[in-house]
Amino acid sequence: MKLYCLSGHPTLPCNVLKFKSTTIMLDCGLDMTSTLNFLPLPLVQSPRLSNLPGWSLKDGNAFLDKELKECSGHVFVDSVPEFCLPETELIDLSTVDVILISNYHCMMALPYITEHTGFSGTVYATEPTVQIGRLLMEELVNFIERVPKAQSASLWKNKDIQRLLPSPLKDAVEVSTWRRCYTMQEVNSALSKIQLVGYSQKIELFGAVQVTPLSSGYALGSSNWIIQSHYEKVSYVSGSSLLTTHPQPMDQASLKNSDVLILTGLTQIPTANPDGMVGEFCSNLALTVRNGGNVLVPCYPSGVIYDLLECLYQYIDSAGLSNIPFYFISPVANSSLEFSQIFAEWLCHNKQTKVYLPEPPFPHAELIQTNKLKHYPSLHGDFSSDFRQPCVVFTGHPSLRFGDVVHFMELWGKSSLNTVIFTEPDFSYLEALAPYQPLAMKCIYCPIDTRLNFIQVSKLLKEVQPLHVVCPEQYTQPPPAQSHRMDLMIDCQPPAMSYRRAEVLALPFKRRYEKIEIMPELADALVPMEIKPGISLATVSAVLHTKDNKHVLQPPPRPAQPTGGKKRKRASEDIPDCKVLKPLLSGSIPVEQFVQTLEKHGFSDIKVEDTAKGHIVLLQEAETLIQIEEDSTHIICDNDEMLRVRLRDLVLKFLQKF
Amino acid sequence: MPAGSSGTYHRRLCEGDGSVLPVGRRPVSAPLRVGPQGSRSGLPGTLRVSRGRRPCARPRRTRQVARSGVGPAAAEGRAAGISSLTMDPECSQLLPALCAVLADPRQPMADDTCLEKLLDWFKTITEAGSSLLLLQGNPCLVELLCHMLKPQDLSSRVLAFSLRLTGVLAAQEDCFQYLQQGELLPKLFGEAGPLGGAAWTSPTVRSGWIQGLRSLAQHPSALHFLADCGAVDTIFSLQEDSSLFVASAAGQLLVHILGLSMPGPAGGPPSLQAGDWPACAQKIVGHIEESLRATATPQITQALNVLTTTFGHCHDPWTQVLWVRLSPLVAGLLEKDPVPAAHSLVDLLLSVARSPGLSSSSCGLWETLAQTLSHLSPTQAGPLALGILKLQDCPQALRAQAFAVLLQPLACVLKATAQDPGPSGVLDGIVGDSMTADMLLPSKAACVGLLCRTLAHLELLLPLPQRPCPWPQAPLLGAAVTLLQLCGGSARPTSDAGRHLCALLLGCVRVQRAALDFLGTLSEGTGPRELVTQVFAVLLEYLRSPDSSPTVLKKAFQATFRWLLSSPKTPGCWDLDPHALLFLRDLLPVLQKRLCSPCWEVRDSGLEFLTQMTRHWGGQAGFRHALLASEVPKLTEQLLRDPESYVRASAVTAMGQLSSQGLCVPPAGPEHPGGQQSLLAELLHILSTDSEGFPRRAVMQVFTQWLRDSHADVAGDTEQFVAGVLQVASQDLDWEVRAQGLELALVFLEQTLGQPRSHCPCAVTPAVAAPVGPLAQALQPLCRVRLFEFAFRALFDCDRPVAQKSCDLLLFLRAKTASSGSLQESRSSPHVASVEAALQRWQAGDQAQPLGDLEPEVVLAVLRSLDLEGLQGALAESSDHVEKSPQSLLQDMLATVGVLGGNEADCY
Repeated sequence: MKLYCLSGHPTLPCNVLKFKSTTIMLDCGLDMTSTLNFLPLPLVQSPRLSNLPGWSLKDGNAFLDKELKECSGHVFVDSVPEFCLPETELIDLSTVDVILISNYHCMMALPYITEHTGFSGTVYATEPTVQIGRLLMEELVNFIERVPKAQSASLWKNKDIQRLLPSPLKDAVEVSTWRRCYTMQEVNSALSKIQLVGYSQKIELFGAVQVTPLSSGYALGSSNWIIQSHYEKVSYVSGSSLLTTHPQPMDQASLKNSDVLILTGLTQIPTANPDGMVGEFCSNLALTVRNGGNVLVPCYPSGVIYDLLECLYQYIDSAGLSNIPFYFISPVANSSLEFSQIFAEWLCHNKQTKVYLPEPPFPHAELIQTNKLKHYPSLHGDFSSDFRQPCVVFTGHPSLRFGDVVHFMELWGKSSLNTVIFTEPDFSYLEALAPYQPLAMKCIYCPIDTRLNFIQVSKLLKEVQPLHVVCPEQYTQPPPAQSHRMDLMIDCQPPAMSYRRAEVLALPFKRRYEKIEIMPELADALVPMEIKPGISLATVSAVLHTKDNKHVLQPPPRPAQPTGGKKRKRASEDIPDCKVLKPLLSGSIPVEQFVQTLEKHGFSDIKVEDTAKGHIVLLQEAETLIQIEEDSTHIICDNDEMLRVRLRDLVLKFLQKF
Repeated sequence: MPAGSSGTYHRRLCEGDGSVLPVGRRPVSAPLRVGPQGSRSGLPGTLRVSRGRRPCARPRRTRQVARSGVGPAAAEGRAAGISSLTMDPECSQLLPALCAVLADPRQPMADDTCLEKLLDWFKTITEAGSSLLLLQGNPCLVELLCHMLKPQDLSSRVLAFSLRLTGVLAAQEDCFQYLQQGELLPKLFGEAGPLGGAAWTSPTVRSGWIQGLRSLAQHPSALHFLADCGAVDTIFSLQEDSSLFVASAAGQLLVHILGLSMPGPAGGPPSLQAGDWPACAQKIVGHIEESLRATATPQITQALNVLTTTFGHCHDPWTQVLWVRLSPLVAGLLEKDPVPAAHSLVDLLLSVARSPGLSSSSCGLWETLAQTLSHLSPTQAGPLALGILKLQDCPQALRAQAFAVLLQPLACVLKATAQDPGPSGVLDGIVGDSMTADMLLPSKAACVGLLCRTLAHLELLLPLPQRPCPWPQAPLLGAAVTLLQLCGGSARPTSDAGRHLCALLLGCVRVQRAALDFLGTLSEGTGPRELVTQVFAVLLEYLRSPDSSPTVLKKAFQATFRWLLSSPKTPGCWDLDPHALLFLRDLLPVLQKRLCSPCWEVRDSGLEFLTQMTRHWGGQAGFRHALLASEVPKLTEQLLRDPESYVRASAVTAMGQLSSQGLCVPPAGPEHPGGQQSLLAELLHILSTDSEGFPRRAVMQVFTQWLRDSHADVAGDTEQFVAGVLQVASQDLDWEVRAQGLELALVFLEQTLGQPRSHCPCAVTPAVAAPVGPLAQALQPLCRVRLFEFAFRALFDCDRPVAQKSCDLLLFLRAKTASSGSLQESRSSPHVASVEAALQRWQAGDQAQPLGDLEPEVVLAVLRSLDLEGLQGALAESSDHVEKSPQSLLQDMLATVGVLGGNEADCY
């Protein structure tokens, strides 16, 4: 069993598992942190951004000044943002049989895989994953396509030139493989290859393995996967949560007894407790708004935003914020808010029961009804006429490089009354803010990541007891900035095996058994003999048939009647030679009784010696030695075949034959 | 008594006008027949109890129902004692029927608290008079006891009761002899009694047996009896009883018997020879010795517990002899590994050390204590060390050893985080103790438990006069700060042990709370400047951290306040020192954020902290400047409309305090003319409309304080203010608001009559000078604000504390006016009569009719006609005093089984 690791990002995994002649891709996350190296895409012409000075080398050489711009000491690529794709060279991706998607954040690279690698398999995902994943992709494509940028920088990617650039551009990995965003057409084509699955549904892959999605508790429709054969079980845990938020709780029990557990997608901010962060979010929001400032929340159109809106629903009245408008701006805002309400079966129990009341599961419906929350596809249109301040705006993209958020940053950045609150943990907020410096507005970092933290992981591992744990290398040591925090790493026995980008891992896992079916008529013909109480044996003569990874024992064809040799035997009709089999023996020889029997049969002067493995019975007169061990008995005598046969028969008397 | 269980007697009283009460249970006649009514659920001083209701809203209960749940009432009866000391004829008449009921297995006594009360009553009678006469006068009692001997299916409760009653009666020697003659005692307590029967399986019976013997064992005859019937052996075996109550009572009985059999203080000098001791004592001591030699820990524990109780309760000379004899055995326990029954051993050693009967030095006690300290694990040794340090006279070396044990875990923490354990030298010698390190590091539970206990012990020790000197203030401060940093994740230990400790303690709320408490207590001492800076830094870290739990945050606020209080002051200036002011500048934005927290506990703690700070430094320029520059006053004002009532209450208090100090920022803009005025209006609005009691109570407290301090808003038109507040308060459903209204009335009254307030308002001080000016004139303002109507209404309030307070107020007023004869009595005027008639109706529960405008003369006349002293006496009685007669108890018990026949017709 081998694991090919195509992504270096622990929360945006992309791995390929080769297991029992199947090739399974586990997630295809897209690392978007590469976009932080680019200048933001403003919705309207920004004089500030367009007047940024070009960057020139130390020696004054300014040949890159068209591609690279300098802002507050940082250098940015002035081009359409590009994304860092999973490795495509490590394994031929056209051989991938299936792709299993665990949640909508982990499928963003799907069009690159399905459309450009010759992939011809099937993708499996739950319905909410597909629908919300589609929304995320749609939003991404929309954000980038609506502000077309003529310039595409490529000069800086030249390895010799990249070396000369300042950090972090200098250290960016595999920039040559960075790609521009896919198109909507590619998105649609990729999504059409997805087959929808439900939790606990068992999907057979070529008869070799069975894959099953389980609820992972992290997001709507998010799943962990079990990949199992009859005797082996691999669990793939990706983006799971034990907190009670909106999705269905995590199914832990089904992960038990795994031979290998691949663990990815833990919380990116293990030191921040989501509850504390939500409190912080609310407090800072109230403080800003009460002082007459606006609050900007860069976010994805689905996920944590549902929980934030629910918290605010409870909080705004107590904080006296009932009159403050909340705006949610995204090309997919409407679909996201509505979708969340219809995926009842994927929600936690509390919310499911609301559906039968009938009541919308999420309270944002009420916020919308009472006009406290308004949503718009973009800044243009209705929003500009409804817009009043102070207000709270939820909008994307959390990288601050594209989307409506860019406009609000430009608009509100100059006033210290306003606050930007970062809740998405995927991007470093300082890097996200870099092209907006100097900035007067307050910045609050409240990353809310509900995925498992290390304490929860260690409890989970104790409970499900996998034989081996495999995880990204980042999880096997404390974060570099907090090297003393031994609690911020996976601690398990045996130690977890780690992987990194572009690495192939041989999993410590040997196939020992196969399940074989016996045809009924063959089984009928068996005559088991009880060897020990509870254990019966029977000898079988059969033909082993293997097809589609299933093995069947069929009755051997009857010995062919001697035909006049007119027809040539076909190869397939070859029967294995059925020799007359010697009976199989079982049991053990009780030495004392054996000696008595020997004496009865006229042997005298018998000596018994104990050896490490059994006994040696010495017939001194006959100069013969009988070596009795657990699994073998040897009669050593000098060319006296008669004696040997006699002794053999005496030995055989003590054993069972079948 | 659980809150809300105000007792059934009390409920019965509230049912109506008293006419429903059966004969013999009428209230003691009080002037104006005012019954002490009302809810006991809201006792004064309990701040947050559920809101009181008027009794008319209470559902009426039938007598049967009212009597069924007498659990709390029983306790009440015991606590107060039953008044009748001898058996009156009525009771004597009821007793045979009751005994018959008790003896009848077909009529089970549903409620054994009645039996407890009955037993209490018998105890009272026997303590006051002769038990023998009681038995002879009431033969039914002996019959009842004899009845217990018959083989029958008796309830275990009645059997236990009988055993205990027998013990109570036989406590007097003549009665004991009397019962002995009839062979009753051996039959009840010997093998022939329940001891050998099936009833013995019930723990109640076993407990009754022990308690019976405990009461009985009062005289030498009893000792012989115990020896004869072999009771002591049974008690030995009962020490291992499956019921903890029985086992514990057995141990105590042994202690009692030992004390009884040993010579008292008047006896001759004790002898060390066991042969000289009474047989009974020899047997018990022998048993203890045997247990101490045993290998099973439970047996050793029992022996140690018996000894602990003995040395704790008896300080006669023989105890010293006993200790000298047993101490080698006790010391022998220390040689075992692990030390068995360590907790009990610690208790015993401390009990011995505290016993005034023992001269510790001669008994080798100090050596044993020192030995024990070094043998026990740090967890077990902590309580012993604390106990030793609390002892008054104790060798310095032992104290030093004990203190070192106590400090060990903290020294370990300092070492693990590679810090200097301090120059004082106190922690120097113990840092290398590997045992503590082993204790600290293996598991989270052990580590957290040990640290919390250590911190709690040190916190207890700090304020004591005998605390160790020199006190290692700096290392302890360092340890507390380090612990908090470890828990908060800001510590950066470099050693493996430190990292491990960090992983164990991270986010541990228990240690955080204990360390913050301890840090707060340490504020009473001083520390090096850099450490104090660290203290403030870690406090700020906790106040800032989004992960601080509400309870941790509250404690962080408390500790911060204490440290601010202790910060060095410039002589002659009460303002905060420059460092504290700098800290305040960092603190206020945090407080600001906390006041916006979604968690109400956090908002509440924040407001309480603000109130405390304002109270202390509200007048100081530095503080005022910082506070006014922040958003805090504005946010506090907004919290007056918080959805959570506790927060509203705290906001009211905070705003009251801010306003008193002139720290309320008047809202800018033409729509708010005069911010202060609007606060008064807002508070009045809360008082009259808030649905919860806490904010209304808080408003009343603020108003009372404002009136007392002559707050500018109040001083403008005090009468209008008082009249308005009293009017609203009198309508309030919460008794605490009404009681607070009386407090406000009292302040106004004192201010009007021009007298400084005496500490006890009810103290009658006729010697005080008459008020300035004519009395009538002085009373006019009181009449104008309708203070008297408010007070009279409160006098008949359904809640006793309100009535009591009103009574006190009126008594105070009457005392003030008593010396003045200038006012013409107008007792006979028709107005007085009509007021008295109205008061009669009010008392009867009909308070609809107002009194109208009262003239001072009328008020004085009514005041004098009221028997306020009598009323005060009646109110001072517990609410069930009317019902608490033995006769009533007997009737109740008979009624529950239907013997009185009053309820027979109910079935049809």
